[in-house]
Amino acid sequence: MSDRRIYLSIFIMILTVYAIRVTPFLIFRKEIKNKWIRSFLYYVPYVTLAVMTFPAILSSTSSVISGAIALAVGIAAALIGGDLFTVAICACIAVFLSELII
Amino acid sequence: MDSKRKLFLKGLRDGIPIALGYLAVAFTLGITAANINMNAFQSFLMSFGMLASAGEYAAIVLIGSAAGVAEMIATTLIINLRYFLMSCSLSQKVSPDEPLWKRMLLAWFVTDELFGISSAVEGYLDPVYTYGAAAVSVTGWCLGTVLGVIVGDILPVRLASAMSVALYGMFLAIIIPPARKSRFMALLIIASMASSFVFSKAPVISGISEGFRIIILTVVIAGIAAYLRPVEEAERE
Repeated sequence: MSDRRIYLSIFIMILTVYAIRVTPFLIFRKEIKNKWIRSFLYYVPYVTLAVMTFPAILSSTSSVISGAIALAVGIAAALIGGDLFTVAICACIAVFLSELII
Repeated sequence: MDSKRKLFLKGLRDGIPIALGYLAVAFTLGITAANINMNAFQSFLMSFGMLASAGEYAAIVLIGSAAGVAEMIATTLIINLRYFLMSCSLSQKVSPDEPLWKRMLLAWFVTDELFGISSAVEGYLDPVYTYGAAAVSVTGWCLGTVLGVIVGDILPVRLASAMSVALYGMFLAIIIPPARKSRFMALLIIASMASSFVFSKAPVISGISEGFRIIILTVVIAGIAAYLRPVEEAERE
């Protein structure tokens, strides 16, 4: 592909992705009153993040075992009350250490 | 104005683990981009503009195969459709008083992770918090991509493996605390993970692309949850 076509392609795809992200903000500028929709949108982040985390976390590292350990350590750290940063770092360290042993 | 500054700084801090994970993921993206002879600037532009992992992999493949415009738009739409749902949710998370330009800037940063931490804020989301987190994490994302193009395979596998799990760690930090407080949320999260597991292993269904699996499961499960347990205003604020 020529340089010009590469830039054109990138530009087109940037616009497409932004259109997906910005459209809801343009449509729903006021608060939605419908209770079911409000509740649905309230639950969306939790369900999405849970779905994206499991089982994907198991295959995100070099071995399923270190992935499982990261999951367990992450849940434990979050239960104890760790914030975003702490839980993320704990999971990283757990993977690093467990992969040294495996 | 002081509270705005504080919020921005809090965003910067919460953005650090995201940046760490992004660095590792974007690094591999950069290597892929270099393989089809995209240069560092082009890769930077793509990463800065798209802020999407699977979406950018697809973009690289499309550019590499000299795809047509229609195919590019269609593929990009399908792979990134889940951001539509996330934006719908975030549009109700910001105060109705926030000006349009702030919402439109916020829309740029609707990635899985930035959406996650923005949703976890109590009460209304002040976009300034997300901007702070984006300032750090988008830098990590772009830097990772450019490094991947330029230096290729220098990141030790062990380190990359450890860093990439940071993103999932953050997701856990967001979904576990509400699950501890409410039995319904705990059940909801367990049900979500279990369904996700089934969808990824079951014959036929596992053939559905990951992006669509996420959308289908989210719509169905969050829809049922909203029916079973409508959220009271007090709970939301």
